[in-house]
Amino acid sequence: MKGEPRGSRMLGRHRGVVLSTASTVVFFGLIVLFVARAPGTPLIRQRFFDWAHLKDAFPSVASGFLLNIRIMFTAEAMILVLALLLAIVRSLPGPVFFPFRLVTIAYVDLFRGIPLILVLFLIGFGVPALSLPGISGYDVVTYGIVSLVLVYSAYVAEVYRAGIDSVHESQTAAARSLGLSRWKALRFVVLPQAIRRVVPPLLNDFIGLQKDTALVSVIGPIEAARQAENYGSQTFNFAGYVVAAFLFVVMTIPLARFVDYLLARGRRRRQAGGVR
Amino acid sequence: MSVGTENAVAIRLEGVHKSFGRLAVLRGIDLDVARHEVICLIGASGSGKSTMLRCINLLERIDAGRIEVDGEEITSEYVNANRVRRHVGIVFQAFNLFPHMTVLRNITLAPREVLGVRREAADAAARQLLERFGLESKETEYPDRLSGGQQQRVAIVRALAMNPDIMLLDEVTSALDPELVAEVLNVIRSLAEAGMTMVIATHEMGFARDIADRVCFLDAGVILEQGPPGAIFTAPQHERTSQFLQRIIEAGRL
Repeated sequence: MKGEPRGSRMLGRHRGVVLSTASTVVFFGLIVLFVARAPGTPLIRQRFFDWAHLKDAFPSVASGFLLNIRIMFTAEAMILVLALLLAIVRSLPGPVFFPFRLVTIAYVDLFRGIPLILVLFLIGFGVPALSLPGISGYDVVTYGIVSLVLVYSAYVAEVYRAGIDSVHESQTAAARSLGLSRWKALRFVVLPQAIRRVVPPLLNDFIGLQKDTALVSVIGPIEAARQAENYGSQTFNFAGYVVAAFLFVVMTIPLARFVDYLLARGRRRRQAGGVR
Repeated sequence: MSVGTENAVAIRLEGVHKSFGRLAVLRGIDLDVARHEVICLIGASGSGKSTMLRCINLLERIDAGRIEVDGEEITSEYVNANRVRRHVGIVFQAFNLFPHMTVLRNITLAPREVLGVRREAADAAARQLLERFGLESKETEYPDRLSGGQQQRVAIVRALAMNPDIMLLDEVTSALDPELVAEVLNVIRSLAEAGMTMVIATHEMGFARDIADRVCFLDAGVILEQGPPGAIFTAPQHERTSQFLQRIIEAGRL
């Protein structure tokens, strides 16, 4: 350790552990003490964290959460494809593709601008009310998924596009000079590098999507947040919300750590001089 | 080597103009390159050497004039650039290897995806080329694990894997540490000995004198002077040429 002329490294490391343990115990001890003595604490504990209520609310909220997971994975799969398509179309060069580029730009501007909850209302209530054959007959979960896909595709398309733009033009030149077509240069040379670079921000958007599946409840699906609401209105207790919140957090933490890991790995690689 | 009869012309440039915005980079280039001829383009940075090569490979669209390869006008609207590029390989100053692919995949990508060569055949051909240039132990490496000289040799092999009739080399040693230049120049020398038609933009004057059949001095977008290296380097006709060579000599590069 620095500044310890005779100090062995072991001692330094032990001292670090001791210090951090002590400071942690004191810090959180004070918080617990403070919270326990606060006037509202018993009431909060009873309304939010009552063990019996938590146990009671868990089965229905958890079963609702399965719907969140289903919505999330279905939507994510569609978003990844649709957004990539949008990004590719937007990066097509040349005057012929101008109208296509225009459409994707308008799409992204529109759906990044409208709050998700409005899209949900427009799709979830508006489309069925049209009574149009072919598009008006689906269940609310489908409309919820469609809304999420519309909004998130706009975001994710921009993430992809940033990735595509970050691949240097000389890579395309090298690929084209070997006789690869525009499409093959994109597919074999540009996209693999672009997607590798944007995996962390893509996963971040995935985390956002995971949480926003709860918003779908406003048009009807009985998912975790709605189940929690139901529990609350029947028992006048908020434990259901706590359970739902807990489930969402448990779902997102592994993803968040995975993003951290990928970012750290990317940093190491850049420092090593590689861009693989 | 003579700039010979019609059918021996590999590349012909006629009145080629190219501007980037208001900057005129090529201002009327005329040049015939005979089959098996090695031409070195010399001239200051910005004189148009790279742009000229990129135009021959159709990476840049020319504004006026025409370029023929093997008698076919490649700068016409109706020519498929991908087909032209199969016969004209180009190697860049910055290597431009694909960083996410192994050396072998870098080399076999175009043969497999453009020519439809089967994987086994493409791999075998690539290994043969790697061996020829002393890179046989590197096929599973990624580019960032190679030295600059090795990367540039891989880039040359990658272009050769398409069996081009013509190779364009764009300052291929300029990004290399001095001690790595020789290994790349040796590769180019062996290509010249094998009869490859080459147009080489270079700052390596000693090498140019050594290898070129003809040296072209580019200045401000035109070929100001050309001739056998002996003539250009020892008795330049133009004031600008001798000034340029004087600067090179002062920089210790001739």
